[in-house]
Amino acid sequence: MFDDRSPIYRQIADRIKADVLSGALKADEQVMSTNQYAAHHRINPATAAKAFQQLVDEQVLYKKRGIGMFVSAQARDMLRAQGRETFFGEVVDPMVAQARAIGIPLADVVRHIEQHENRGV
Amino acid sequence: MRVEVRGLTVRYGDVTAVDDVSFTLEGNKIHGLLGRNGSGKTSLMSALAGYRQPAGEVTVDGLPVFENAAATRNICLVRHTPDAADKGDKVSHVLAYAAAWRESWDDGYARELLDLFKIPFKTKAGELSLGQRSALGVVIGLASRAPLTMLDESHLGMDTPTRYAFYDALLADFMAHPRTIVISTHLIEELASLLEEVLIIDAGRLVLQEEADVLRSSGTEVTGHAPDVDEFTAGLTVLSEKSLGRTKSAMVYGPVGQERLVRARQLGLELGPVALQDLFVHLTDPVRGAA
Repeated sequence: MFDDRSPIYRQIADRIKADVLSGALKADEQVMSTNQYAAHHRINPATAAKAFQQLVDEQVLYKKRGIGMFVSAQARDMLRAQGRETFFGEVVDPMVAQARAIGIPLADVVRHIEQHENRGV
Repeated sequence: MRVEVRGLTVRYGDVTAVDDVSFTLEGNKIHGLLGRNGSGKTSLMSALAGYRQPAGEVTVDGLPVFENAAATRNICLVRHTPDAADKGDKVSHVLAYAAAWRESWDDGYARELLDLFKIPFKTKAGELSLGQRSALGVVIGLASRAPLTMLDESHLGMDTPTRYAFYDALLADFMAHPRTIVISTHLIEELASLLEEVLIIDAGRLVLQEEADVLRSSGTEVTGHAPDVDEFTAGLTVLSEKSLGRTKSAMVYGPVGQERLVRARQLGLELGPVALQDLFVHLTDPVRGAA
């Protein structure tokens, strides 16, 4: 489930952020407790707690005393804005480099993307 | 529970099994004690359990453990060969013996675990399979609920599904009853995600003690044109290197620093993470010392 090549707390945080972005986790929805999460994914509870705390610090989650943790109302918009900032550097540039390496003209790449636009996807 | 080890040395004749080791275990955590075969894991744990008179200091909550019944009642060490049991003793007797030692023993939980691992209560210990005997050791370790519980490769005789059942039981019980747990193993991958802290020993010496998640970000693998890789790794701790034609790849340990990361990008070097298992292998590599 989690790999051993980067801190697990970061992998957990990334996964929850991905769920918020995709809409699998909705605003004000309760997330699993750290102990449930630890048991389910077979990870150390302190590691899970660290991930959840980071998400609280980043205002992706908020705590309700004695009840649990919930997705903040602004979490999705905030993560979308952050994703937009890094999208070209982290997604498009490597794709362009890959296209060049294997000899696909950028015009073909652009045309392909435009087809998505025309289909309204 | 606070475990303090200061200058611990264990010798067998001319052989030094544990060599001037010092560390502190604090808070209720699951610790992994990692080391190759013969690195001193068992000797170290035996000293922690008060089985032998230490050269150096081993204290639990400030009190020496050796010949201190009050301290050792709070400690449970399960070895990889379940030595607590005479082979002729029935499982029920082995458990009764383990229970007699400690106030923290939970008999109901022990029975639950026996069911989980399918260990017949009335069978003689000597008639159990290797996997069942390993599981019996784990049952004793977990049901003891000892404030300091040490499992010395206890789970290695189990088959894979049973090991996973053990990991789940360990986690669930640790969360319900937090305590200091030390698990020794040389098989890291399966267990790594359960650990909060890692101690690596090699040739009787403590190589490092670190939070598992910090360790996961401590290794970097760098690949590229050989002279560029050499420039990048200069001054860093290089754990291993290999070359293929003009391409070289090196594994470094420790913080790399922002400047170097920028330089790596300029040089077109490829940087990647290193798995905990690989870090362990290279930090305890016998070849490295000679290089």
